[in-house]
Amino acid sequence: MHPLLRLVAQRLVLGAGTLLVVSALIFAGTEILPGDVAQAILGQTATPEAVAAIREDLGLDRPAWVRYLDWLAGFLRGDLGTSLANRVPISEMIAGRLENTLFLAGVAAAIAVPVAITLGVIAARFRETWLDKTISIVTLSAISMPEFFIGYILIFVFAVKLFWVPSIASVFPGMDFLDRLYAVSLPVATLSLVVIAHMMRMTRAAIVNVMASPYIETAELKGLTRSRITLHHALPNALSPIINVVVINLAYLVVGVVVVEVVFVYPGMGQLMVDAVAKRDVPVVQATGIIFAATYVLLNLTADVLAILANPRIRHAR
Amino acid sequence: MTLLLEIRDLHIEALGEEGNWQEIVKGVSLELEPARVLGLIGESGAGKSTIGLAALGYARHGCRLARGSIRLQGEELFGATPEKLRHIRGVRVCYVAQSAAAAFNPAHRLEDQVIEAAVQHGIMTPDEARAEARRLYTKLRLPKPELFGRRYPHQVSGGQLQRAMTVMAMVPRPDLIVFDEPTTALDVTTQIEVLAAIKEAIADEGMAAVYITHDLALVAQMAHRIMVLRDGLTVEVGPTEQILEAPREAYTRALVNVRRVQKPEKPRSGAAPLLEVRAVDAAYGTVPVLFDVSVALEAGRTVAVVGESGSGKSTLARVITGLLPPRSGEVRLDGRPLPSSLGDRSKDQLRRIQLVYQMPDVALNPRQKVEEIVGRVLSFYFGIEGAERRREVARLLEEVELPAVFVDRYPGELSGGQKQRICIARALAARPEVIICDEVTSALDVQVADAVLRLLLRLQEETGIAYLFITHDLATVKAIADDIVVMLEGRVVEQGPKSEILTPPHHPYTDLLLSSVPEMEVGWLDRVLRERAERKARGETVMEAADR
Repeated sequence: MHPLLRLVAQRLVLGAGTLLVVSALIFAGTEILPGDVAQAILGQTATPEAVAAIREDLGLDRPAWVRYLDWLAGFLRGDLGTSLANRVPISEMIAGRLENTLFLAGVAAAIAVPVAITLGVIAARFRETWLDKTISIVTLSAISMPEFFIGYILIFVFAVKLFWVPSIASVFPGMDFLDRLYAVSLPVATLSLVVIAHMMRMTRAAIVNVMASPYIETAELKGLTRSRITLHHALPNALSPIINVVVINLAYLVVGVVVVEVVFVYPGMGQLMVDAVAKRDVPVVQATGIIFAATYVLLNLTADVLAILANPRIRHAR
Repeated sequence: MTLLLEIRDLHIEALGEEGNWQEIVKGVSLELEPARVLGLIGESGAGKSTIGLAALGYARHGCRLARGSIRLQGEELFGATPEKLRHIRGVRVCYVAQSAAAAFNPAHRLEDQVIEAAVQHGIMTPDEARAEARRLYTKLRLPKPELFGRRYPHQVSGGQLQRAMTVMAMVPRPDLIVFDEPTTALDVTTQIEVLAAIKEAIADEGMAAVYITHDLALVAQMAHRIMVLRDGLTVEVGPTEQILEAPREAYTRALVNVRRVQKPEKPRSGAAPLLEVRAVDAAYGTVPVLFDVSVALEAGRTVAVVGESGSGKSTLARVITGLLPPRSGEVRLDGRPLPSSLGDRSKDQLRRIQLVYQMPDVALNPRQKVEEIVGRVLSFYFGIEGAERRREVARLLEEVELPAVFVDRYPGELSGGQKQRICIARALAARPEVIICDEVTSALDVQVADAVLRLLLRLQEETGIAYLFITHDLATVKAIADDIVVMLEGRVVEQGPKSEILTPPHHPYTDLLLSSVPEMEVGWLDRVLRERAERKARGETVMEAADR
């Protein structure tokens, strides 16, 4: 088997193992959530008998490990279970939400990644000049503020004062692509501001690090321009760390959007999870948790493979 | 005749640890005529690389050209704008670095790098440059010139890379090439071929060169004139013959007549060997490295294991110390088999065999004082602690001819030779019977290395320690060995007492090794190559350096 394929297979097995552990953790974690679904459904005035009846009806009276195995088996069959709160199959609830979250993350990534890498390269090329310092100060200020704060500032300026964009990012099925884009402009801007700084700093650091290599001196002694040295000689050798930081930020865009979705009342996975936690809707919390974990594992797998592919010693064996 | 390069009273400064500028080149002047070769020679810290780079108007990070004048064909490079310098570098002056393996960009094919300067500066079109590169590959005897450039740096050997780097410097057809220790990283049998190729190419192409090295015997083969440097100052300049045959300065004389240690061979006692390696096969993973290696070492004697990179000599040390359990065969100490793996050996078995490494810089923990570095061994093996331990460390320091006050020093405060002595003191602390010395002198300047060898011999006289001395350097072998083991590609090709191995007739590989060691004599290179050609013509077996 090609060594790369073997590596991918190896990582996939490891990823599956990680997910298994995560699923157990999520299950255990939701078990110790305070409160009780039956109680939550019936409200404060429920009689103990009614609570017990509902618990039995939902299968909550069985031991935890039996429910875990049951849940896991269902999950492997593609059955995410049924929401306790409104008895709707979870897969139906999630389908549209996941799409929305991926759309938001995708648009943010499409803007943030190229901008961050370009800025990083520029900062490294003009290292220690006013341009480098300006880029650093601006991006670092953005990352220093919590995203809900940035979100509200953007709403205040662009929605409330200037009326350029809507303050609430409401999207619905069948919406036109451009309308959707317009609707999500503020959450996309917020997310981009948060992730650009991290990726840009790492890109700059990775290139600056490579700049100390003897082959960069060789390039300088060939009389090449700074731009060619940065782009042609340093960047290709700095790809591994850059890929890694980009992927971590992509994962953050999918998984870490909870706050931003809440600020902009955006119907995504994060909102769904927050609502489910509030309603003690344990199966929904578990399902969203697993999907977030799977996203993380898959993206990291991609990062590993890409980082390896970026190494010419592996692409071109002896 | 107009001068190609004229450096006048050049001062170069480096940024010290406390942020102050310190002079590392203190007013050096030199002249070079077109199509001539000037050798710059000196020990580490002499400033020779710094001066070489200054010929391109370049100062390394943390260094600056302080004052003086650097004229290339009358044009001043000192203080020239970066843009002007950029149009000189890679056009009129090119540079060949010491380690081609590090100096080539791992992300690009060789050819793209080799033709880059010529193409980027608009001297040639890519096709013209490629054709020129192929012509030069052939000239430097690189294999398959049409395909060679398609490869990545990690796909070719060190000797080939170094020649490719020479081609890279020649493609733009510069007036001057600066060679900075171009063969130091190579094996001696490869070095001779690269030297010959470089010498022929610069002569044929009519280029001038500055050839930097610490090895006087080497530079004598390459240069018309030699400049001897020490601590950033010129010691002496003159034609090669004069420097070699009639040096004026004491320092130059010391360089020319390096009085190497010469230890007479100790006769075999016939006693049972102290350390015995029997029919060992070893492998890294699935890659076999050692094949049926047997070596015996008597108490109080020195066995030198000599071979080039990839010969398996360091692997042998790993097998003996238990770092790499062999596939088959065994290691015996005092007639009893040693457990093959480090973890299975008793504390006493570990104590009796100690190891001293090639790079003292990385073998010492920079955050520990000498007292802790050496003292740990005393605590570990003998439970010696406190004031007694401190006294014992001080005594060991005296053993290795270092002042006792060094107990409170950190490795960073010591020179390379001093650090290697600390490593030896650390090995001695265990009161071992065998010390394995893995290239212990190859990171040191000649004079310093010689002093370390003398120390090792004295310690052997006094304590009867046996050495297994791993090295690629035949001069060291001649100096200290009783027995010699010659290794090639994981096999022992020849072994026996020093007098036998060094007297003809030799095994063809031993012959190749011995005849490849540069000698302090003008015309040595041409003579050796001529002799090899003649012997081949007579139909004798003459081995050539395998292009690994």
